Amino acid sequence: MGADFIIAAIITVVGLTTPILLAGIGELVVEKSGVLNLGVEGMMLTGAISGFAVTVITGNPWAGVIGAAIGGALASLLFAVLVLQLNSNQVATGLALTIFGTGLSSLLGLSFTGRIVAPFLSVFPASLSADPILKVIFGYSPIVYFALLMVPLTAWFLKSTRAGLILRAVGENDLSAHSIGYSVRRVRYAAIAFGGAMAGIGGCYFSLVITPMWAEKMTAGRGWIALALVVFAGWRMGRLLAGAYFFGILMALELYAKASGFSFLPSQFWAAMPYIMTVVALSFISSRGTAGANAPACLGKPFLPST
Amino acid sequence: MRIKLEKRREPSMLMLVATPVASVLVTMLIGIVVFDLIGIKGFRAVVDIFLSPLLASYKWQDVAVKAAPLVIIALGLAVGNRAQVWNIGAEGQYVIGALCAAGVAIGFGTIGGPVVVVLMVAAGILGGAAWAAIPAWLRTRFSVNEILSSLMLTYVALQVLSYLVGGPWKDPNGRNFPASAPLGDGQTLPVLFAGSTVHLGVAVAIVLPFVFWYLMKRSVFGFQVRVVGSAPNAARHGGFDGKQTIWLALIISGGMAGLAGSMEFAGVLHKIDLGFPSGYGFTAIIVSFLGRLNPIGCLIAGIVLAVTYVGGQMAQTTVHIPNSTAGIFQAMMLFFILASDILVRYRIRLVPSAPQLVAGE
Repeated sequence: MGADFIIAAIITVVGLTTPILLAGIGELVVEKSGVLNLGVEGMMLTGAISGFAVTVITGNPWAGVIGAAIGGALASLLFAVLVLQLNSNQVATGLALTIFGTGLSSLLGLSFTGRIVAPFLSVFPASLSADPILKVIFGYSPIVYFALLMVPLTAWFLKSTRAGLILRAVGENDLSAHSIGYSVRRVRYAAIAFGGAMAGIGGCYFSLVITPMWAEKMTAGRGWIALALVVFAGWRMGRLLAGAYFFGILMALELYAKASGFSFLPSQFWAAMPYIMTVVALSFISSRGTAGANAPACLGKPFLPST
Repeated sequence: MRIKLEKRREPSMLMLVATPVASVLVTMLIGIVVFDLIGIKGFRAVVDIFLSPLLASYKWQDVAVKAAPLVIIALGLAVGNRAQVWNIGAEGQYVIGALCAAGVAIGFGTIGGPVVVVLMVAAGILGGAAWAAIPAWLRTRFSVNEILSSLMLTYVALQVLSYLVGGPWKDPNGRNFPASAPLGDGQTLPVLFAGSTVHLGVAVAIVLPFVFWYLMKRSVFGFQVRVVGSAPNAARHGGFDGKQTIWLALIISGGMAGLAGSMEFAGVLHKIDLGFPSGYGFTAIIVSFLGRLNPIGCLIAGIVLAVTYVGGQMAQTTVHIPNSTAGIFQAMMLFFILASDILVRYRIRLVPSAPQLVAGE
C-alpha cells in the first residue's frame, strides 16, 4: 500500500464525487431560491443521454457537455412551468420529473445502446496527465475541474453579487421580494434552469467519463444522494464540497471491497453503505436544528401573490 | 384582458373528477403527436398501450394481476399524501414485505396450508410497516426529511434482497442464478378461478378501497389526516398530534406496500429474484395522485395504470417501442393531473388589464 495506491484512491474518489457535486451545486441554488426540485435523478439521466447522443453525433465531447446542460435545463423547465405557472405541488411534480426523465432517457437511448465513445479524459499533455505522481492533479476530465471551479464561483455569486442577493431574498421571503418589484417567477425560472443544467452535466459524467456508453438508469440513484447532500450541507457551499467528498469516499470503499475480493462483509453491505450513511448523516445534521434554521424560509411553498 | 385566478370557496367536485379523465385523454393525444414526430406510428402505439388490453378479453387477467399491487400500495400512499407525509420508499417496503413472507415460507420448509399463507402475508405487512417505521422514527425523533430517508432505505432494501437471494436463500437447484427456491404447493395464494392467474390478492385489492373509503370518511383518524394535511395550524389547536399522524401515515403506507409485496410473491411469482423489484412502489405514487388521493379513485387509477403496463408490453411487439415508453405516458399523466390541480382550487377569469384586488385573498 504505497503512493501508487493512494494516488489511485484519490483519483477514484474524485471521479465518484464529481456527478453528485455538480448536481448538488445546482440543487443548492434552486433551493436557495425557495424551490424544492426532487427531479434531480431525472434531469441527470436526461443529461446523460443528451450528452452522449451529442458526442456520438458531433464526435466532440465538449459539445456533448453543452448538450447535456441543455438537455438537463430543458427537462427542468417542464418542472418550472408546472410549479411556477400552475402552482402545482413541488414534491409530486419533482417526482414526476424523475419518472419522466427515466422513461424519456430510455426511449432516446434506444438508438445509442451499444455505441461507445472515446472517454472524455484529461486534456493536459501526457507528460502531466499520465505522470505517476502528477496525474493526481492533471489526470482528470475537464468536467472535474469545471465542478471544482463552480464551487467558489457559485458561492461568490450567492454571497456577493446583486443577483445572488435577489435570489436569496426570493427564497427567504417571496412576497416581500415581489412587493419591492422583483420578479419572483423569473428568478426561480433561472435558478431551476441552472439546477437542470448542472444536473445534466453531472449526468453526462457517467456516460462520457465513467463508462463512455449509454445504459438505462445509469446514474443509479446518485441524484437522490445529491438532494440529501444539500440538506447535509445545511445549504452552504463549503459544506456541500466536504459532504460530496465524504460520500465519494464511501462509494470508493464499495468499489475497493468488491475489487479486492477481501471483505469480511458481503459486497451488498458496502453497496448499501452510502445510502445508510446518508440517512445517518441526515439524522445528525437534522437533529441539531441548525440545519433547519439555514433552510430557505420559502422552500417548497407555492408563491401566491395577491395581485 | 388578462387571466385572473380566483380562489374557490370549495374545491370543485366537477373538476376533481373531470381533470383525471382529461389528463388521460390529453396524454393519449400528445402521445400520438409525439410518436409520429419521432417516426413511430403514434396512433397505433397509443391504441395498443391504452385500449388493446381492454379490448382483448384474454388480457383482462393480466390487467387485474398488475392492478392489484398498484391499487393496494396507492391506497396507503394516498393516506400519507393527504397528511403531507411523503413516503416515496414504497418500493423498498414492497421488497421487504416480500422477503419477510419468503422468510416465513422458508421457515416452514415443505409445510403448507392456509395458516402458513396467512402468516406469510401477515409477515409481509409487518415487514413493510417496520421498514416504513424507520423514516417515521427518524422524522419524529431527529426531524429527518422522510422523502429522502424513505427513498434511501429503498436502495438498502434492494441490497438486502440481493444478499439474501444470492447467499443464504439461494435455490440450491437453481443453476446458480441468484433466486430463492420456488414456493411449495400449499404456500401460494389460491387463484380465484381455476386455470387463471387471478389470485386472491386481486379480490383484496377490490375490497380494500371500500374499507379505506369508509375509514377515511368515518373514523377520527381519517378526519385527523385530512385536517393535518390541509390546515396544520388548525390541527394543532384542535389537539391533533402531528407526530402521531406521521407515524400512522408511514406505518399504514408501509404495511400496504408490504402486503402488496407478499401477495405478489405468494400469488404471482412464487420466488424472489433480482428482477422482483419492478417499480410498482414508484408507479403507485402516480396512481394515488391520478386517483385524487381518494380510495375509490385509486382503484380506478390503478386499473388505468395497469392497462398502460400491459399495453406497453403489447406495443413492444406490435410497434417495437421499448418498455420504458409506458413510463413516459405514466409520467405525462402525472404531469397533467398536477397541472390541472389549479382548476380544482381556482376559477379562471378573464379580467380587464388594470390590476385589482380580489376580496378574500
